Amino acid sequence: MTAFIVKRVLSLIPILFIMSVIVFLIIYLIPGDPARVMLGDGADEATIQQLRANMGLDQPLILQYGQWMGSALQGDLGDSYFLKKSVSAVIGEHLQPTLSLALLAELIAIAIALPFGIWAAVNRGGWADKALTAYTLLGITIPGFLLSMFLVLLFAVQLKWLPVSGYAPISDGLWNFLKFLILPGVSVGVVMSSVIARIVRSSFLEVMNQGYVKTARSKGLRERSIVYKHILRNALIPILTVIGGTFGTLLAGAAVVESIFNIPGLGQLLVHSVSRRDYTVIQGLVLFIAFTYVLVNLVVDLLYAVVDPRIRLNK
Amino acid sequence: MEKAQPSLHLAKRKRAFGNRRRGLLKRLLASKTASAGSVLIIVVAFISFFAPWISVYGPHEVDIVNRLSPPGTEHWFGTDNLGRDIFSRVMHGTQISAQVGFTVALSVAILGLVVGLYASMYKWLDQLLMRTMDALFAFPAILLAIAIMAALGPSVSNLIICLIIVFIPSVARIVRSAALVAKEQTYVEAMHALGASQTRILWQHIMPSTISPLIVQSSFIFAEAIIVEAALSFLGAGIPAPMASLGNLLADGKMYIYNSWWMTLFPGFALIISVLAMNLFGDGIRDLLDPHVRQGKGKK
Repeated sequence: MTAFIVKRVLSLIPILFIMSVIVFLIIYLIPGDPARVMLGDGADEATIQQLRANMGLDQPLILQYGQWMGSALQGDLGDSYFLKKSVSAVIGEHLQPTLSLALLAELIAIAIALPFGIWAAVNRGGWADKALTAYTLLGITIPGFLLSMFLVLLFAVQLKWLPVSGYAPISDGLWNFLKFLILPGVSVGVVMSSVIARIVRSSFLEVMNQGYVKTARSKGLRERSIVYKHILRNALIPILTVIGGTFGTLLAGAAVVESIFNIPGLGQLLVHSVSRRDYTVIQGLVLFIAFTYVLVNLVVDLLYAVVDPRIRLNK
Repeated sequence: MEKAQPSLHLAKRKRAFGNRRRGLLKRLLASKTASAGSVLIIVVAFISFFAPWISVYGPHEVDIVNRLSPPGTEHWFGTDNLGRDIFSRVMHGTQISAQVGFTVALSVAILGLVVGLYASMYKWLDQLLMRTMDALFAFPAILLAIAIMAALGPSVSNLIICLIIVFIPSVARIVRSAALVAKEQTYVEAMHALGASQTRILWQHIMPSTISPLIVQSSFIFAEAIIVEAALSFLGAGIPAPMASLGNLLADGKMYIYNSWWMTLFPGFALIISVLAMNLFGDGIRDLLDPHVRQGKGKK
């Protein structure tokens, strides 16, 4: 087991290294001098030189990367020039809304995807299955932000059941917290559920044809206990993978939805930093989200090894 | 019919090839999904090509007196906050989306093919290229796209460059895995034994078996590129503002969502139809080209 974990973690190092180089190099895509671009046309030469020195832009490339990554590994992602705060502190301030939205969306997605996927698999080729195919197609066709706008038109503007935008922390009371998050949560969750439901269906179909399911059936077990005890448990692994993957995507992927609903999360921070040309925050945030995404997937991978001995023995 | 019988006789082989191709077109028309997708694509292509002639008003024609007027006989889809005709803007937006999607899908297909093929051939190149692709792939697509656009600055050509970087890995990976399978086939071994050059084997004997997954993936990328373009433009990091891209129309729509539903609904539907067309087409083509799916259907 330890060997498996060590091997899995070590295999991530080259990927994380190249990812960090990509994030680091993004600033060099800027046409011209980054410091000059950040400060705009009105800045005087002395300020520009000072910012260049602060950002380390006057040093050799390798040294710049080394310093940036070295302090990033210690949790220091640099300081935002515009917010006059450390990037880590800024990320911390914006983390809670994004996590709340991600959790709610994931819960909604699972609540739709599991029963729908199972239902389609059990009635393979029937109309439930066809409905799932149509649902999946719509899910990959309608982006979450468009669905949010349609939902806002219907539930906030026409019916006036829910607020158009805004955010309240959970300390303001559960209903206040939820009423702002329902529409964004549903729009992200529904889109995501179509991806998960498809995996639930195919993973279920695969397990349903296994010998032990036939045995269970010939023993005369009830259909319900076959589905939940024999099939679901064994079908969970690919389902967990896709759920882990979607959760990572949620951290960043909800950027557009966050900006529609004016939720002060990481996505909105990213969008504001782009318009402020606050490259230190952009770099730090992209690195943070990308690493979190990779680590979430690692944890999911390690979890199956705990759940299913076949995996850790195979590799 | 499904599989051309191997035959040494050249004429016979040619006939078998011709048959197979005709069979594919026939199957394409027989598949409901693929033909629905094709019809939609033709409609979208027609609209985007003839947009300047269909609409009476220009997409940038300002008419302050008739601003925010609801859909009617004068303006079919209503007007926006500057009195610009939404119908005309939606058609031009569809045109821009289709152009961006097509350019991105085509470039990604070509570049991904080259990267994937060469990665499958040389071990050291494989390590270098595929680790980079894995790293790019490990970023959530929209995150990477926003970061690149933040550096490059909003413009159509930068957007295309950005989307190419974001989508190359998915094609390269698929081409590489198809090429690795083909590499182990006896006919490739035979070509090696005959002394054919690496380049010839790669492009003449391995490349053809990567084409069908490549086509399927490219049509999904076409769809995905339209979505990401709209999302980026919506955030103000894609196509610059006065241009009538679907994302910009939706961003305008959001500002007036309280009283002008038409500014959101029509561009939204145009986006859905464009993306749906490519997804249906991709789905249909995949079912046609993938022998597993076909066999599975036959069994049932």
